[in-house]
This record gives sequence, C-alpha cells and structure tokens, in this order.
Amino acid sequence: MPHQSALQLVLSGDPALFAIVRLSLHVSLSAVVLAALIGIPLGAWIALTRFPGRQGVIVLLNALMGLPPVVVGLAVYLALSRSGPLGAFGLLFTPGAMIIAQTVLVTPIIAALTRQTVEDLWLEYHDELTAMNLGPIGRVVALIWDARFSLVTALLAGFGRAAAEVGAIIIVGGNIEGFTRTMTTAIALETSKGDLPLAVGLGLVLISIVIAVNALAWSVRRAGERLAG
Amino acid sequence: MRAPSSELPIELDGVTVAARGVTILDDIALALAPGPPTVLIGPNGSGKSTLLRLAMGLLAPSRGRITWGGLEHVPPLKRAIVFQRPAMLRRSAAANLRFALRAAGIPRAEHARRIAELLELVGLEALADRAARRLSGGEQQRLALARALARDPAVLFLDEPTASLDPVATKAVEDIIRAVSERNIKVVMATHDLGEARRLAGELVMLHRGRVVETGAAASFFDAPQTVEARAFLAGELLI
Repeated sequence: MPHQSALQLVLSGDPALFAIVRLSLHVSLSAVVLAALIGIPLGAWIALTRFPGRQGVIVLLNALMGLPPVVVGLAVYLALSRSGPLGAFGLLFTPGAMIIAQTVLVTPIIAALTRQTVEDLWLEYHDELTAMNLGPIGRVVALIWDARFSLVTALLAGFGRAAAEVGAIIIVGGNIEGFTRTMTTAIALETSKGDLPLAVGLGLVLISIVIAVNALAWSVRRAGERLAG
Repeated sequence: MRAPSSELPIELDGVTVAARGVTILDDIALALAPGPPTVLIGPNGSGKSTLLRLAMGLLAPSRGRITWGGLEHVPPLKRAIVFQRPAMLRRSAAANLRFALRAAGIPRAEHARRIAELLELVGLEALADRAARRLSGGEQQRLALARALARDPAVLFLDEPTASLDPVATKAVEDIIRAVSERNIKVVMATHDLGEARRLAGELVMLHRGRVVETGAAASFFDAPQTVEARAFLAGELLI
C-alpha cells in the first residue's frame, strides 16, 4: 500500500523530506513577498492613474494572471543563462533563480487583483479623500491600508499559484537533490521514477500546507474585519 | 470664537454647470457671507448638491466663476463637507478622526486631545474604538460631522445631513449643527425638509430646476415668500 508508507514517511519526519518542504516554502513565500512589494503599488498606481493605453494595460495584466509557468521558466532561463543579460550573476540552477521565476509568475496576479480592489474602493472614497485635500501618495496609502483584508486574498491567490507550479522552477532550478529540489519538482520526479510513496507523501504535505496557510489568512481576515469593519 | 476667515464671502458669479448636454445649474449668482446658517432648499434634482460641491471647490463650473474671499482656486484647507452618504473609512471611529487630522496637517502631538474633543462634541466618546462602518446611520452621520470639523474649517457644507435619520438621531445632528454655527463656523446646508430649514436657517436660498428662485432671511422667506415657486413649496404642493 503506497499510501500507508507515504504516511509513515511524513510522520517519521524524514530529514530529506523536511529539507524539501523547507526549500519549497522559502522559494514560494519569498516570491510572494517580492511580488507583493512590486504588485501592490503597481496595481494601486494603475487603479488611480489615467494614462493613454490604460485599458490595454489592464487587459494585458489580467491576461498575464494566466501566464504558463513553463514559458516563464524558459524566459527566466534565457535571461539567467551564461550568455543571457543576467548571466553574470550565476543564478541559474539556484534557489534564487526559482524565486525570480515565481516572482514573475505571481506579480501579475497580485497587481491585477490589487488594481480591481483599489479601484472599487476609490469609487467609494473619491469624494471624501478629495474633500480632505489628500495628495496622491496619501490616497494610495489610505486605499491600500483600507483594502488590506481584501489584499490578503490577492496574496493567497499568489501563494497558491507559486506553491502549486512546477514548470517554471524545474526549468530554472534544475531539480538538484538537496539544493533546488522542491515538493512539486520532487513529486514530478518520483512519480516518473515510480517511487509513489514519496510522491504521495509530498503531495499530502503540499496540500496540508496550502490549506493551513489559507485557514490562517482566513482567520486573520475575519478577525480584522470584526475590528475594523 | 474665530477671526473672520479669508474663505468668506464665497461668491458665485454667473455660474453654470452642464454635463452631457444637461444643464444642472443655470446662471447662479449667490454670495455666502459670515453669519447664521444658509439653508438651500428645493425639490430633489434642483441642483442643491451640485451647488454645495461647487462652493466646496470639488467641481469646476462650466461657465462663470467662484471666488473664496475674493480669490479663485483656493484649495479646501479651511472648508469641509459632509456628503449625503458619507464614506466611513474601514477603521475605528477614532481612527477616522485621526486620519482627517493627519490629512489636515495637524501636529501629531495634538491628535489625542482633538480626537477626544471631537468625539465629545458629537457624543460618541463611548464608541471611539468601534469600527466606523459598524455604527448606526445616526452615529455615522455624527462621526462624519466630527471628521469634517477635524480640519477646523471656516465653512462647513452639509448635504441633507438628516435625510435618512429618525427624529432622535435628527435632533442629535441638528444640535451639533447649532453648536458648530455658534462657534462662528459658517454652515451651508442643503435639505428638502422644510421643518429642518425652519429650525436651523438664518438665511434661505431656494433652488428650482437649477436656478435660484428666491433668497432671503429665514423669517421673511417663511412669512412672506415672494415667488410662486416658494409659495407652492411652502404650501406643501409638489413642485415639479
């Protein structure tokens, strides 16, 4: 029974398994933090600014939410490879390259969802903030702060995307054992090798982590909304 | 008591507002001077809200000009407005006030004292930490008044401040408006409630179909209206 041995593997706290889980979280959470630092201000800026071609930018941003991970992996691979524009940094086949690839993947998701959230809130707050003579930076800060609980959902969507994808990180990370092997790349490899217990064990861990992160964010959001309305 | 402000008088001279071929306000000439509250009355759609937005400086006229203390394009540093449906920030009542104080550039050291004063003025001391959006309609309206007063305005515009409130909440809001007016803050208020106009107005401006049809001291307006429209409105006829 592969399921039984998978469970044993998880429960025994196998150090190799633990390292894989830790690297996965490190890569995906770093990517979400970086993507939030870029995507939230970018989305808010697009929400509040009128410029030529804005509609096109919004359509493009929404389309980029569905970027195929393998294509992102390929693009980042080309950029980071020895002969690429960023080749000098020697990042290819390192966790750093994986973080970059997932950041590229997640940033449009966070930016597009932020844009929508902030724009809706701006409709509601426009008159008040204008009457308070608030400058552009003050507006952006106020809107992002007041949208903070909705933005948690955007971050979750980004994390879900990063934690689940395999296409980008397997190309730029190379799935090197003990160095760039994550849960998803290991599942792909072990399945193809026929080591189903390890693959199933990792799958269970991955799903549990995603559920736990969502549950945590959900309670934070609920508690926050009770306090702040 | 405050010194006379450079915001006043607010003068509208030949002001017209038109949008997409519809004239909302038509050739308005009006002066808002220091003194007791000026109340704008008129049926829905007569242009009261638009006139308030113009005088607040939120809206530019299509034609004509507006001056504040003789100057055009004066930023709204000493003007404040309470909209008909005020948007409550997703924060506590006290944090809504702190936000307005910060936006008005009031030094941080004074915030706690000012927040306490403003909450006391509107009778919301006990609800300081409650989420603003969880307050009742009347409480939200009072918080919106306090928030507008945070920047220590010389002029306060109110757009139907009691439109959807019950008598108890209405009385609370009207008491605050009186207290504000006694502090020499010029109150300019729109309402279609004649009773409220009688209770609060020092001066009346009646609007109908985007035009000022009659202005005058409250007493003479109610006792001896000069125009057909004003007489009809006062008699409770449906002015269409």
